Amino acid sequence: MAMAPAHLIDTLSGISLFADVRAAELESIAHDVEERRFSDGERIIRQGISGSAFYLILEGEAVIRLDGKEYGTLGRGDFFGEISILLGEPPVADIVARHDLRCAIIAGPALETFMLTHPTVMYRMLKAEARKLQRATSWRT
Amino acid sequence: MQLSYSLGRAGVRHAVISADPGPGGMFRRWPFFQRLLSWTKPFAPEERGSRSYERYDWNSLIGEEDRLRAIQPGLMDGTSYFPARTEMERNLTTFAERADLPVRYGCRWTGTRREGDQFVLETTDGEYRCRVPVFAFGMAEPWKPDIPGMDAVPHYADCRAADTYAGKRIFIIGKEVSAFELANGFLPWAKQIVLASPRPVALSVVTRSLVGVRARYVQPYEDHVLGGGVVLVNASIDEISRTGAGFRVRTTRSDGGGPLIFEVDDVIATTGFTPPLGDLVKLGAQTSGRTKIPALTPLFESIGLPGAYMAGTVTQGAPGLKKHGMPSSSGAVHGHRYNARILARHIAQKHFGIDPPRPTLQSDALLPYLLAEVTRAPELWHQKSYLARTVLADPSRGLIDDGILPLQLFVDLQGPDGVAVTVEANAAGDLYPAVYVRKDNAITEHLLPSNPLLDFETAEHRRQLSDALRPLGL
Repeated sequence: MAMAPAHLIDTLSGISLFADVRAAELESIAHDVEERRFSDGERIIRQGISGSAFYLILEGEAVIRLDGKEYGTLGRGDFFGEISILLGEPPVADIVARHDLRCAIIAGPALETFMLTHPTVMYRMLKAEARKLQRATSWRT
Repeated sequence: MQLSYSLGRAGVRHAVISADPGPGGMFRRWPFFQRLLSWTKPFAPEERGSRSYERYDWNSLIGEEDRLRAIQPGLMDGTSYFPARTEMERNLTTFAERADLPVRYGCRWTGTRREGDQFVLETTDGEYRCRVPVFAFGMAEPWKPDIPGMDAVPHYADCRAADTYAGKRIFIIGKEVSAFELANGFLPWAKQIVLASPRPVALSVVTRSLVGVRARYVQPYEDHVLGGGVVLVNASIDEISRTGAGFRVRTTRSDGGGPLIFEVDDVIATTGFTPPLGDLVKLGAQTSGRTKIPALTPLFESIGLPGAYMAGTVTQGAPGLKKHGMPSSSGAVHGHRYNARILARHIAQKHFGIDPPRPTLQSDALLPYLLAEVTRAPELWHQKSYLARTVLADPSRGLIDDGILPLQLFVDLQGPDGVAVTVEANAAGDLYPAVYVRKDNAITEHLLPSNPLLDFETAEHRRQLSDALRPLGL
């Protein structure tokens, strides 16, 4: 059994996505996620390849890359992969590790249960999506 | 052992050391209840000893010579298709003897250092100098979380004989395979069995994969559902304290239901194992997560300690694409035996200039060849979405069979046009062929349909594969 280490629980507790979560629930979440490191330049999500996961950056940076061109940087607390899972479609861009990157991962098929089990986390994810949408449509104002 | 055999076949001179007194490894002691979780079918749809039979034999190592093939089924007594521990031990001993592997037993690795472009391995028998070290130390060190009172709790590895738990109330920390293995073995002995951890139990028959408790150990789950004396609790463990001859375990329910306290006779921690990394982390080797599995490249080279490789169960540290959350089978013999063959090929090629045979293919043979591979190749069935049959289009030689390689290499690295095929599984439990076509370094994915009989050599599969290969002009 993979008991969650205290350092992972500490890291998760410092991320805004989990700001409303109680201690016992946070420990449960720490068991639900897989922790993984990516090295510089390693592809995490691949454009056009199905079956990817949900990723939350715990440490480091990643870049959004489409057809070889970079479209932005993601940092600690940012998450990605959820749109592909929720829509059941392959990702439309690569996400690539910059330097060393540490992520918490939830497998695609487990994301729905995770979100429904932790509604406060889902609510904060929704707020983050709203902010992304607001940024994407800011040209209208 | 598999790597040593494969290196020998490739013509790479090497030495192997093992702290064990002989072949057999962990199977000299475990599993605790004496029978494996991985199966071998003595009678299978494919001929015993053939390559395609390997799909039904999870436990034999793989050799090219007849005397080294399908050793495990010949050693089983027919009482179960899960080999007994002693049968698995004999399986490995027989392979080592027949392959005449150059293993120095009773020799423990104690330290590592670099001298120029060489590694020096310090051992109880002196120093070994080598260009390429490969560590295959397994997940051998018991691990327990830092919880107050845990020091007094024995680990799975230190469990007593089952009959000594007769009439006892047992609290097992954990709800994964090893927890259920113990619970299953204690059913005829224990008065009550509690299994507790924050996360709900996952069953492999529900996840439709090897993730979760395997069917063989599900009986305690049914006992729990029927109220027969096994209790499963989703709770974090706060503290364990001694109460005379027994223990008090304080927990907090994960669902917000508050504290729960258990008074029990015995507590056992099934909290996992970590690899005995020695000084490798100090030398730069990176690890991932609580299990401290070394982080590896797709070709099993340490991330952070270049030039050092890993083999065996720790090749889980190269997770591959992990599509739909399905892990590789690298933590078991039927997965890492193929990783070892790939690693031997890579070491021979990169470090000793020995190129692997890469036969050419006629273009009209490509379609039937690829469909036969996704229907029968054991590497693709055991390492789904992880290993792939790879064929490259070489401008001078034509189509080249590049062999079985990690799918991630084909998808992530630039290279000549080509195709890689594998078998995949999704969360719905569908099994289907997947085709990855590389054209001008752009990858396109094509998922072919499943088939009730897992026959992927139908006219429809041929048509869809032909469509997928069209950009390559094939």
